[in-house]
Amino acid sequence: MSDVSWIDAVLTSARAQAVAALLRYFRDLDIAEEAFQEACLRALKSWPKNGPPRDAAAWLIMVGKNAAIDSVRRQRREAPLPQEEEISDLSDVEASTVERIDEADYRDDILRLLFVCCHPELPATQQIALALRIVSGLSTRQIARAFLVSDDAMEQRITRAKARVAKANVPFEAPSAADRSERLAAVAAMLYLLFNEGYTAGASAQGSRAALCDEAIRLSRLLLRLFPTEPEIMALTALLLLQHARARARYDEEGLVVLLEEQDRQLWDQKSIAEGLALIDKAVRHRRPGPYQVQAAIAALHARAQHPRDTDWGEIELLYGALERMQPSPVVTLNRAVAAAKVRGPEPALAMIEPLAAKLDGYFYFHGARGAFLFELGRSEEARVAFNRAIALANTPAEAAYIRHQLDRLAQPLP
Amino acid sequence: MHYAILCYHDENVVCAWSKQEDDAVMARLSRVQERLAAQGKLGPVVRLLPTTAATTLRKDREPPLVIDGPFAETKEQLLGFYVVDCASLEEVLQIAQELAAANPGGAYEIRPIGVFNPGSARA
Repeated sequence: MSDVSWIDAVLTSARAQAVAALLRYFRDLDIAEEAFQEACLRALKSWPKNGPPRDAAAWLIMVGKNAAIDSVRRQRREAPLPQEEEISDLSDVEASTVERIDEADYRDDILRLLFVCCHPELPATQQIALALRIVSGLSTRQIARAFLVSDDAMEQRITRAKARVAKANVPFEAPSAADRSERLAAVAAMLYLLFNEGYTAGASAQGSRAALCDEAIRLSRLLLRLFPTEPEIMALTALLLLQHARARARYDEEGLVVLLEEQDRQLWDQKSIAEGLALIDKAVRHRRPGPYQVQAAIAALHARAQHPRDTDWGEIELLYGALERMQPSPVVTLNRAVAAAKVRGPEPALAMIEPLAAKLDGYFYFHGARGAFLFELGRSEEARVAFNRAIALANTPAEAAYIRHQLDRLAQPLP
Repeated sequence: MHYAILCYHDENVVCAWSKQEDDAVMARLSRVQERLAAQGKLGPVVRLLPTTAATTLRKDREPPLVIDGPFAETKEQLLGFYVVDCASLEEVLQIAQELAAANPGGAYEIRPIGVFNPGSARA
């Protein structure tokens, strides 16, 4: 068999569009998915011989639609089986569909497909699992591996999520402008979760979970191509690219977390940074600030600094202040305090985070940052208590190892 | 005679390449480019960032209109391009406005460059 890896790339890139249109026709996730599956099988048979169609998505939609209708008929045994030649004769399929499906339909179809995965009743992990299954087309096994659970557990999780979505009455009429922006916000949040799922995975899981970051970026670009004038979607894409640019520098050879300030900046991916900076640049020209723009602007300030000492911490503190006003949260305040510590020292920073103790008591980073401030202030015993608390709350072995390293530094007599 | 070779491909597909696939394509291309460069035949080589990073200045009206996204009309054709070194989109747009004043009509699509190799060919 000849090399068909190009077909994989074409199928992956057409998937969201095709499944989204099939969902509109059949209004059922399982039927849409099976129809797409069947279309892919036929593509694998037909494309190596005939070459790729001009519009792969339109081909897959038409073939998938026909196949699903055939299969329904076959099950009902109402109509005689059509000849295989008839089904496979697809030469005219393309031209006719391309004209009928216009760009705006595609746009709302794909947004709807992404949106069904973010139903507010679905917990975050189910949203992401469902998006990876339905939108990205990852196998249950691949998703299970990324989440470090068994195949059966993941299968159940996805089945449960689909059942909830089926009950939830997905709206199929064309969305109003307000609905559309609400859907966009929900989808953006889900893509950010998906990215973070890969980003926080730790070095040991780099392979399967780092792929989640790539997928989040791919879907975010796709969304931006559909909504090219949305500054928050530009900024989300920028934010993901700027964070992901540091991927190679974030862990050392032993899998230990390397803090931003200690990273080898030569390892940062300059191409991703260039794209991220170009996008945030575009976004701010709209003068419609939003939380993703602020976060991307913060990431951009880090990316622009050739050396940690060049980092504009004063500006970063101001940006976290802006983010606090848009989306008040103790975690944002914690981040502002970390920036403040760089500008004004650990004492005011410690004062800023003490009131958060009750809310962030179960949060790894709170105790890690608090330990670091106390350590800088020479309050070693309190620092040790804070670091021990952080270790107990670490989400990954890499986080725990990082704090253990801090404890070792505490144990060393000061020079 | 100098010739420009303009690269077109489906961005959805190219963006679906894994890093390994992308690297492999770039490595194959750079082997061809090295040979051409050694022969003194290669001018600037440019890989543009995705069209999502593009901005278009429509200069068929006064004042020209800045729109997000790539240039997508089919009634106008790509007739040439500039490479400019600027610190921000604002600065590029200013240069584009100056060029537009000198040559109104049509549009300029502004695309950040991902890979830029100025090349060895002589004018």
